Amino acid sequence: MEHEQQHEQYQDLVKQVSPKTPHAKRLILAFVVGGLICALGEGIAQVCIAFGVSQQHKRIIVPCALIFLAAVLTALGVFDKIGKHAGAGTAVPITGFANAIVAPAMEHYHEGLVLGVGANMFRLAGPVLAFGTAVCSLYGVIYFLFLR
Amino acid sequence: MGKRIARSIVEFNRPPVIIGQGAVGGKIEGEGPLAGKFSEIFLDERLGQPTWEQAETALQAAAILHAITAASCTAEEIDLHIGGDLMNQCTATGFALRDENIPFAGVYAACASFALGLALGASLVDGGALSQVSCCGSSHFCSAEKQFRYPLELGVQPTPTAQRTATAAGAVVLSHESNTPQPRITRAIFGNVIDMGVTDPSEMGAAMAPAAWDTLRRFLQGTNTQPSDYDLILTGDLSQIGTQLLHELARQQAGLDLALLHRDCGLMLYDIIAQDVGTGGSGLGCSAAVLCAEILPRMRSGELKRVLFIGTGALLSAISPLQGESIPAVAHGVLIEM
Repeated sequence: MEHEQQHEQYQDLVKQVSPKTPHAKRLILAFVVGGLICALGEGIAQVCIAFGVSQQHKRIIVPCALIFLAAVLTALGVFDKIGKHAGAGTAVPITGFANAIVAPAMEHYHEGLVLGVGANMFRLAGPVLAFGTAVCSLYGVIYFLFLR
Repeated sequence: MGKRIARSIVEFNRPPVIIGQGAVGGKIEGEGPLAGKFSEIFLDERLGQPTWEQAETALQAAAILHAITAASCTAEEIDLHIGGDLMNQCTATGFALRDENIPFAGVYAACASFALGLALGASLVDGGALSQVSCCGSSHFCSAEKQFRYPLELGVQPTPTAQRTATAAGAVVLSHESNTPQPRITRAIFGNVIDMGVTDPSEMGAAMAPAAWDTLRRFLQGTNTQPSDYDLILTGDLSQIGTQLLHELARQQAGLDLALLHRDCGLMLYDIIAQDVGTGGSGLGCSAAVLCAEILPRMRSGELKRVLFIGTGALLSAISPLQGESIPAVAHGVLIEM
């Protein structure tokens, strides 16, 4: 009991001296950078339209272009420097997903193509895929029962 | 033989001499307040090696070589090398010695491993079991990030409490004798494992400050001394938050003001305002390099006479916080006198 009280007192002290996360600054930066990425996607879409690309193909080209760009910037060692400031702004769009796959693949390159790159490239993106699939399945059931 | 003067505190009768030291660092470390004081700075963070792990091995091998050269001895004259690092199974340390013909004992107390190595090495030399012992500790920013956090190229935002793992290594050679005046290890203390329930791995300073205070408090009590009896009380890698917490604990529990006499290696290695290093340095190489690059030379010049060096280590693994474990910490210390 006395132990727990000491721990609580100490953790209160830790809170007092620790710097706070600058939420306002981070939210604004995430909003601006995330918005710029979306604007870039829209720009690519407009170029597609100008070249007479079909609606169906445009939907494939835009995310592919953003994924490619994020992967190249990750490989060049630039993405992490942007992400450090942009936070959710670069992590939430599809650019974050690309970065989360390329970064561990690069990190584990020297452990071999199969057990290094192959085994580790979905280490961070894996949860997104697992829960994304789970939620989609759940939505499928709801759609089947109520919305069809 | 050393004498036990209180629980886990030993006083050496024939204090082992630090006859040579070496400190190496990476680019950022070489741009900090200790610029120009390292034996060698590596601008290439891979040190010409293909992997981060091999880079750390090369870092450690360089520190050992500089220490042995500075001590004017050869590898064959070293009876035992005591070393540690933060990699799984201490690979940087073991691998650094595979081309050297030096008997090896690996130690692990996280970032307190270097202080632990000094305490154990001094005990063995003082007791007459060995005549010359080398001690080394290293860490590498990239290998530590890979093992404990995220891949380097991942675009994540650091928490405001985070510290930067130093790319650095420090090594010393301890001897039973010396013809010239050299710093000597006169006392050592082995620390308790202290856990105050800190669970966030980005709050290392907060996790380690209570262990540093426990060791300091016990040392002062056991040796019946005051902070003012020392020229400097040096902790390993508490950095900004841990330092504030240590001062607060000392003030609350013993009415001591440590502000003037205490310095932390994590705040000496980097300029936390000018350099992008979070709240300061951490990692095993931080305290090892600061002691070897800055403190021991200042002792040799006569500027510092009695330095109480307390290394601090957070005993977590990459998976223990995920399993809901809080972060225990340990602090080992040595008293170095000129």
